[in-house]
Amino acid sequence: MSTLERKKDPFIRISKRSEGMSAGKAWGIRVIGLILALIVSAIVIFVIVRMNPMDVYASMWKGAFGTTKRSWITVRDTMTLLCIACALAPAFAMRFWNIGAEGQVLVGGIVTAACMIYFPEMPTALLFLVMIVSSLAAGAIWGLIPGFFKAKWGTNETLFTLMMNYIAIQLTAFFVSLWENRPNSRKVGIINQNSKEGWLPNMFSEGYNNDFGWNVLIVLVIATVVFFYLRETKQGYEISVVGDSENTARYAGIRVSRVYVRTMAISGAICGFAGFLAVSGSSHTISTSTSGGQGFTAIIIAWLSRMNTYIMLVFTLLIVFLDKGATQIASEFNLNEYCSEIITGIILFFVLGAEFFVDYRVKFRGSK
Amino acid sequence: MDNVNAIEMRNITKRFGNVVANNGINMVLRKGEILSLLGENGSGKTTLMNMLAGIYYPDDGQIYVDGNPVSIRSPKDSFLNGIGMIHQHYKLVDVFTAAENIVLGLEEEGKLDRKVIAEKVREIAERYGFDIDPNQKVYDMSVSQKQTVEIVKVLYRGANILILDEPTAVLTPQETDKLFAVMRNMRADGKALIIITHKLHEVLSVSDRVAVLRKGEYIGDVPTAEATQQSLTDMMVGRATTLNINRPDPVNPHPVLEIKNLTCVDKDGVKRLDDVTFTAMGGEVLGIAGVAGSGQRELLETIAGLYPAVSGEVLYRPDESTSISLLGMDPLEIRKNGVAMSFVPEDRLGMGLVGSFGMSANMMLRSWRKGFGPFLNHKDPNELAKSIWENLEVVTPSINYPVRRLSGGNVQKVLVGREIAAKPKLLMTAYAVRGLDINTSYTIYNLLTDQKLKGVAVVYVGEDLDVLLELCDRIVVLCGGQVSGVVDARTTTREEVGLLMTQFRKEEAAV
Repeated sequence: MSTLERKKDPFIRISKRSEGMSAGKAWGIRVIGLILALIVSAIVIFVIVRMNPMDVYASMWKGAFGTTKRSWITVRDTMTLLCIACALAPAFAMRFWNIGAEGQVLVGGIVTAACMIYFPEMPTALLFLVMIVSSLAAGAIWGLIPGFFKAKWGTNETLFTLMMNYIAIQLTAFFVSLWENRPNSRKVGIINQNSKEGWLPNMFSEGYNNDFGWNVLIVLVIATVVFFYLRETKQGYEISVVGDSENTARYAGIRVSRVYVRTMAISGAICGFAGFLAVSGSSHTISTSTSGGQGFTAIIIAWLSRMNTYIMLVFTLLIVFLDKGATQIASEFNLNEYCSEIITGIILFFVLGAEFFVDYRVKFRGSK
Repeated sequence: MDNVNAIEMRNITKRFGNVVANNGINMVLRKGEILSLLGENGSGKTTLMNMLAGIYYPDDGQIYVDGNPVSIRSPKDSFLNGIGMIHQHYKLVDVFTAAENIVLGLEEEGKLDRKVIAEKVREIAERYGFDIDPNQKVYDMSVSQKQTVEIVKVLYRGANILILDEPTAVLTPQETDKLFAVMRNMRADGKALIIITHKLHEVLSVSDRVAVLRKGEYIGDVPTAEATQQSLTDMMVGRATTLNINRPDPVNPHPVLEIKNLTCVDKDGVKRLDDVTFTAMGGEVLGIAGVAGSGQRELLETIAGLYPAVSGEVLYRPDESTSISLLGMDPLEIRKNGVAMSFVPEDRLGMGLVGSFGMSANMMLRSWRKGFGPFLNHKDPNELAKSIWENLEVVTPSINYPVRRLSGGNVQKVLVGREIAAKPKLLMTAYAVRGLDINTSYTIYNLLTDQKLKGVAVVYVGEDLDVLLELCDRIVVLCGGQVSGVVDARTTTREEVGLLMTQFRKEEAAV
């Protein structure tokens, strides 16, 4: 008979925390992660480019919040990204892996641009109504299609939404060449540059896109609505039951296919609205890079925040801040842009790493 | 060589935590014989066989193959000893052909030559009378064809000892005949076979010897020629034990649920329910007995609107003058029509409850539609959760603590508590005490009896015959999706029910 060899305990044992962690302790770990990130980046900066890390950090801060205009752009981009993350929350709460935000944003952007181009004569209020409604509808349709196929034939939503992205990109390319401002320029250019028709105005001052704007208010309202939609409404309840178990949902009398389709329509619609914000509120043009990977960044944010739209605000701000800061140090110190990406990477690594320690307990051999 | 046993298991013990699945089992499989392994659910048959297949390793005892002591620590060891097991759930790759599945995982030298493989597969098929096309894709196959692939797969690997775990559960009678013919051919070729089955007439028709397990113990074995259905049933169910469950007389019985000629077919086209007819009375506990997979789950889910029926009628009669036909309604429509039905499903966390929710949010599974407008009402579910927490003594730190982390008994209290709180006229429970300790089991029995005294029609699907005999008023026995008998629980015996559980109707039993 064979006897089992007695082996030593493994060096590191990782186990999921069974009872979860208090919110204060969890945020403590996250803050420690951020501090460690800054220290490690400082060492890297010093070793590689022999610069004072404090100067670099100050420059990052300057890049994001140095002037009123810069602060505004940071806030504006945060809002667009937050809007997409909020859009993903209902789908993810349903365990429906919508990675098609990219495409849903683009179609929302296309119809917004179309409204700006074709109806510049329309009264401003009406024009905005048409833009908003049509961008919501376009995003909803883009989200609804994979939801419907999943409900009806059980297709894989990850692949489906991903492929819908490519269709949206091709559609955008088509419209860009249709609307290009000069033949063969492959660019739509700034739409209604003189009349500013369809540009989302500042909220408290004259002008466009250089001071506090409506999109902040609107996105914060969306974040609040999504927050309560998921927690306090019957539809939100249906979503979390379907996400946990389709069988339980059927048992409880929830019509699973309807929930899939409805939730994806909502998710897509909010993404489409983000497309409206991107076109009417910031770039005033449309191109295949209008969504620029934000649809994917938003996935990280939604996950990190566990579908809590207020925590999303914190993470979104961090990511946009890093992005702006990295651009700034690249130009200010004439650094290779990879260097700033390294810093961004280090910070994200530690912030994401902190989540691991929030979720898991790590025990070393010999410790109790 | 002829005297050597193909397999000998000496003093095999296997425990799972506190549960002894196999206790000191001594069993012998001779070369060139078909041995039937018989036993109720949970008697330890599959565990015992899994130790031969290398899925479990015995805690104690020794296995001999061809007279040599062996240690089977993995399915690979099992193959090397010439043992092949055909599991209940097939493990095939859908998009591969039969031949590709058969060679999958074999570590042979050289190039994969499909022609040679197909030739070898054909040769095996011819030798034993299998009907198999090596180039057919698995997704195009019927259940019985998939089973054939599984069997050929182990033969291809040179298995001399085959273990079939309930191979006939998914087959039609004609397919079963074919399988038995193949099994006899294999026996003639000197192979040794073990077949796990519940169906006594199959045991009698195919095997040479029958070994019986009961509650993890080896009861004994008899040559099939000397066995009868009655003698085997007696060995299988053993003597009755007394549980002293309080059983008051039925209160004013009146029909609440009438099932007429109900037939259901699963997605593979196999009949799961076949012409089922019975009536559940208000004020009594109706037991449903049967070996696992006799159609109990399909029956309850059909009534609850979760499983489609092909034909028949399901009538709900809240009082003498009204009756509502439930077939074709989904659970939402059933509730909207005011049907006071509660259902404690077999899969507690996968169907009855949401594991990541607390007690309170789980109460809402029944009442979530009652809130104001589009909003949820948290207050009533909170109060209900608190009252269940206190009255049923659920051990949980709070009503918002995920029920997934509670023990099995507490999970069941939450589920049963919620379903009873809905004030049903019809209460269906599936394996309501499975995995629960004695005390919690009695709590559940008492809750069900209370409901009966309130005039509720209680349907109790159970697996423990002793409980069925002491808790229920009448017992419907299912066998292969058919009702093989309805008996009075007060006057029937374990043996009678046990026999009905394994007795098919005449036309099938004659096969």
